[in-house]
Amino acid sequence: MNIPALLRRWWPLPALAVLVLLPYSALPLPGLLDGPIGSPGSLQLLALCLVFGALATGYDLLLGRTGLLSFGHALYFAAGTYATGLLLTRAGLGFWPAAGLGLLAGVALSALLGAVSLRVSGIGFAMVTLAFAQAGSILVQRDPGGVTGGEEGLAATGLPASLVGIAHTADLYWIALAYLVVTLAAVQWAVRSPIGRVWEGIRENERRVEVLGLRPYGFKLVAFVLAGTLAALGGVVYLLLTGGATPQTTTSDFTLSLLVMVVLGGSGTRWGPLVGGVLYTWAQHRLASLAGSGTIAGLPSVLRVPLSQPLFLLGVLFVIIVYALPGGVAGLPARLRARAVSRGAQA
Amino acid sequence: MSTVVLLGITGLGLGALYFLVASGLSLIFGLMDVLNFAHGALLSIGAYATWWAASHSFGFPLALLFGTAVGTLAAVALELGLVRPLYRRPREQVLATVGVGLAVPALLSAIWGADARTFPVPSALAGTFTLLGASVPVDRLVLVGAALVVLLALRLFLGRTRHGLVVRAGVEDRAMVTALGIDVRKAFTLVFAIGGAAAALAGGLAGLYFGSVDPTQGGSLLIFGFVVVVMGGLGSVSGAAVACVVVGLVQQFANYYSTAGLGDLSVVVMLAALLLVRPSGLTGRLA
Repeated sequence: MNIPALLRRWWPLPALAVLVLLPYSALPLPGLLDGPIGSPGSLQLLALCLVFGALATGYDLLLGRTGLLSFGHALYFAAGTYATGLLLTRAGLGFWPAAGLGLLAGVALSALLGAVSLRVSGIGFAMVTLAFAQAGSILVQRDPGGVTGGEEGLAATGLPASLVGIAHTADLYWIALAYLVVTLAAVQWAVRSPIGRVWEGIRENERRVEVLGLRPYGFKLVAFVLAGTLAALGGVVYLLLTGGATPQTTTSDFTLSLLVMVVLGGSGTRWGPLVGGVLYTWAQHRLASLAGSGTIAGLPSVLRVPLSQPLFLLGVLFVIIVYALPGGVAGLPARLRARAVSRGAQA
Repeated sequence: MSTVVLLGITGLGLGALYFLVASGLSLIFGLMDVLNFAHGALLSIGAYATWWAASHSFGFPLALLFGTAVGTLAAVALELGLVRPLYRRPREQVLATVGVGLAVPALLSAIWGADARTFPVPSALAGTFTLLGASVPVDRLVLVGAALVVLLALRLFLGRTRHGLVVRAGVEDRAMVTALGIDVRKAFTLVFAIGGAAAALAGGLAGLYFGSVDPTQGGSLLIFGFVVVVMGGLGSVSGAAVACVVVGLVQQFANYYSTAGLGDLSVVVMLAALLLVRPSGLTGRLA
């Protein structure tokens, strides 16, 4: 095998090595990041990007791989965050037991609610998942018994000292990276397994899967629980990363932003949701700091006012992507190639 | 007794808001299979336009008219500009409305700030009246009245006019209507305009009901709008009318007689339970 062929097959490995080594780099990326790559601020942002990239990859297991439009994915992420945070803060458990039980809570919740919501399909499914997630969101915000901290959120106490503070940002970054690798591996393995073939069939034509003698319900439930588990795991990592839980992660807007990430990157592809999640998170943070900077403040109000809202820009960008780039960013190379070929054919 | 009357009328007022949101959503979904996530944005546009006009001494009825007109125009622009070009890609249509639903509240909070703005409630509607021993705010009656007028107008439109016939036929079987040589796409713009007008009216009335406007109002009303639409059966205006009364009343009474927030919770649990028992909604129209 020659070198280019090897690279084409194994390029994720050197890419992963580069990602692992990033905290040791002092390379400044002006415009992309505020400080050098290895600085705590940049690492924190990069870690968030990786977590959301992984979350979007897990969500695409439902949207792109099985064709299930769930509007309640935020619930399982928040279940991981809040269950772990509550066990740490209110029950005084150690971090590892709390994280394990938090993950278990996510698995149990997604299995239970998935089993219920998958009894309806299509728009009904979207609405039932939305309703359950909304119920969770209301519960967290109304703060029953003062445990969830309501709109203030929950500041986690009792995190292990080796995972708290600016000095340990690199460790948190590696944890986020590990979560990403686990998610990518799990999704890839699941999609290639015999179950993954059935998911593909369900996405293309559910009735035909039934005619072949398989019951789609069980397969869809497996996808739902796997995606919910990955989201809950992401919730635990997010709790470590931000040191607490915020009610924003329970809202339907959070699920919508996952949807935006997946579509932005390219639904149903291996790398697309990851790229979309990283791009979205990075853009949201950069646009927010851009909005506070002097460059924007000097503009006339017609430009300044819309530019000061990251969500406005992201919403507009999303509409443009839906129009101009139906396959998302991941579909871009193929589109360019097809255009080059058709141009070559004309010439 | 007086508490029950007050809660009942307040619940009906809330239900009226839900109906105004849900009737348009329901028609749009029934006819076009588009779950319009931008409906909350249309509501917010109506709310801010009404608030703007009312604070510039337009007088409340005129301000409401202005807000409704702006919302209708926004809805028509949305349909012609964003939804129509994606006619053959229903999933992308939904995604485009999601984008608009994110962008518009952000734009509104960029222009007028993220905090709630006080709505100038006209003095004629600020008072209360006595009904069966309860002093009920007048604005609740305005809400219920507006919803009844819209319900009646929609029923007349759908039942007695040619355009209404096309819309009803399109909800039943769009392909067949097209095969008969009728351009259904005109009906698309029409239902978007109707839905936008109702949503914008709901926005203006929400300003009256809550006493303030803020950019997130549309989103939270939209969720209950979805609940009403699904419970009532997609595409059915009468179903939405029944469901909104149920949802508004249950929410008010549960919020009052148990801890606050439990009403909102019981509504979504009710939706889940209903869908599981009768997957097709109250009127059996769910796809």
